[in-house]
Amino acid sequence: MSLKGTKVTIHDMSLRDGMHPKRHRISIDEMISIARGLDEAGVPMIEVTHGDGLAGASVNYGFPAHSDEEYLRAVRPHVKNAKISALLLPGIGTVPDLMMAHDCGVDMVRVATHCTEADVSEQHIKKSSELGLDTVGFLMMSHMLDPKGLVEQAKLMEGYGANCIYITDSAGYMLPDDVKSRLGAVREALNDETELGFHGHHNLAMGVANSIAAVEVGANRIDGSAAGMGAGAGNTPLEVFVAVTNRMGIETGVDLFKLMDVAEDLVYPIQDIPVRIDRDALTLGYAGVYSSFLLFAKRAQERYGVSSRSILVELGKRGMVGGQEDMIEDVALEMAKAAETAA
Amino acid sequence: MSKINAALIGPGNIGTDLLYKALRSEWINPVWMVGIDPESDGLARARKLGLKTTHDGVDGLVPHMREDNVQIVFDATSAYVHAENSRKVQAQGAIMIDLTPAAVGPYCVPPVNLKDHVGKREMNVNMVTCGGQATIPMVAAVSRVQAVEYGEIVATVSSRSAGPGTRKNIDEFTQTTARAVEAVGGAKRGKAIIILNPAEPPLIMRDTVHCITEGAPDQQAITESIKAMIEQVQKYVPGYRLKNGPVFDDRRVSVFMEVEGLGDYLPKYAGNLDIMTAAGLRTAEMFAEEIVNGTLVLEPQVA
Repeated sequence: MSLKGTKVTIHDMSLRDGMHPKRHRISIDEMISIARGLDEAGVPMIEVTHGDGLAGASVNYGFPAHSDEEYLRAVRPHVKNAKISALLLPGIGTVPDLMMAHDCGVDMVRVATHCTEADVSEQHIKKSSELGLDTVGFLMMSHMLDPKGLVEQAKLMEGYGANCIYITDSAGYMLPDDVKSRLGAVREALNDETELGFHGHHNLAMGVANSIAAVEVGANRIDGSAAGMGAGAGNTPLEVFVAVTNRMGIETGVDLFKLMDVAEDLVYPIQDIPVRIDRDALTLGYAGVYSSFLLFAKRAQERYGVSSRSILVELGKRGMVGGQEDMIEDVALEMAKAAETAA
Repeated sequence: MSKINAALIGPGNIGTDLLYKALRSEWINPVWMVGIDPESDGLARARKLGLKTTHDGVDGLVPHMREDNVQIVFDATSAYVHAENSRKVQAQGAIMIDLTPAAVGPYCVPPVNLKDHVGKREMNVNMVTCGGQATIPMVAAVSRVQAVEYGEIVATVSSRSAGPGTRKNIDEFTQTTARAVEAVGGAKRGKAIIILNPAEPPLIMRDTVHCITEGAPDQQAITESIKAMIEQVQKYVPGYRLKNGPVFDDRRVSVFMEVEGLGDYLPKYAGNLDIMTAAGLRTAEMFAEEIVNGTLVLEPQVA
């Protein structure tokens, strides 16, 4: 099918999802230079928050180099055209955190829940919508729920006041057909004026293909990261996605070469570890595990001498959802005990 | 031994589970169940168990409190109606045990500060949150040994055990729990995180507690303190278990807990609800003991 002339709004994640591989320690100067570069390349939406959203600063997820407020206040004045968004996970962030982000001048709040738990987002979606912000409901780990279930959850968020719903492949597990069945059903069920988005992870190298599949069934917002910098094997590499959309005639309004330069000159140089499909990142995608567990599993391997791949596979078996980083050390301790008993 | 008569407001999951536990109590005699829906299953069940019931809310209870000598009232309704319930019940001279997140009265986590509240003759005590009951004893176990600069708790509950009230107001959980980690747990700064997990079969409640101590943690003393505190909690929640830890990593102390309920009315995996009802009853029993011994004399309160 031809998608020529289809308009898609892209949303950069390198300063939020990209916080995961940086252990939430991107410097203020790096944030500003990347945000400016993205803005100048015509990227229309940029997310800036702790990797786990507002108030993610914690032992469980990692303490950032600066607070959400410091990052937002620093970046906001340097971005002329793009909308700035903040992520919020109910159960971690609260309405007062949302108000703080609003006060810092964010244009958009994205409220993220596990795909079956949309009803915990009511307070936050209502508040964001009341403040007149672009308000997004973000259903994480969507591979764990069938299209019918996702429709129900998406309708809840739409009912609370979200003007856009995201189907999020937090584990980078989905294949293009999984994307199409889910987003197709949700598109059908949402009001016409409600937008639909897709957020991919590149653990099975499907980021770009899945995003195109999403556009085919009616998604008009696509998340990705310059240089793909995000949790696990990263997000959909945005410059690659834009190159592909250019070839297909899909319109993003982004200057491809400028975006390539941001990725090459600003984002790749700040990576402490290469964001790539290594054995553990591939395991995330293969076993359907939350992408930000990656570095925690690697650290648990170092500390407890248990294979990080085995830890990730076990977390998948136990049906762990986003935010359960504490269970990584717990599982590693269990496995270390079992190994000791066996020896 | 004589028992103290009690009423329960709110015949939902929490109220009903609490009723089953109270019926076994040596100190508490549940006599009234109060609801607002004449068709309520909870009220019907309470009637079958021999309680008097009303579907006229707290106003249906108040005229009978004196004649039935109701001295302790549990509120398992919602934060919105609690203040009104509390005012009316205290005007009759009864103690209010608040299981809603209203937190009108001081926070109560039995093994940590219940004795203080009884000593101060508090007439309204708040049971914090399920996550607070499950984790604050651990924070306190560390902070009684060594100053805790920062205490963080992660409570994971099965989706099935999180009711519509919790879901609609999830911020109340994170905010109230974090405040109580400070006020009762003794951490200088507190943080709380809640995760809902929809796995089937439902997972048993899990709680992780991270403390950052001031200075290097005294590993032996902290480990002993944690074990002793777990035994205290196990007196009213036998399924309160240390799964892993304490882990010592620089100044971080982490414990990994599991809370299995008794399965009185709610399923065993819902340890989060069980620890609330058990803590509420434990609190009531301590007050009852003081009343029976004559060390606590109740008088009508004017709010």
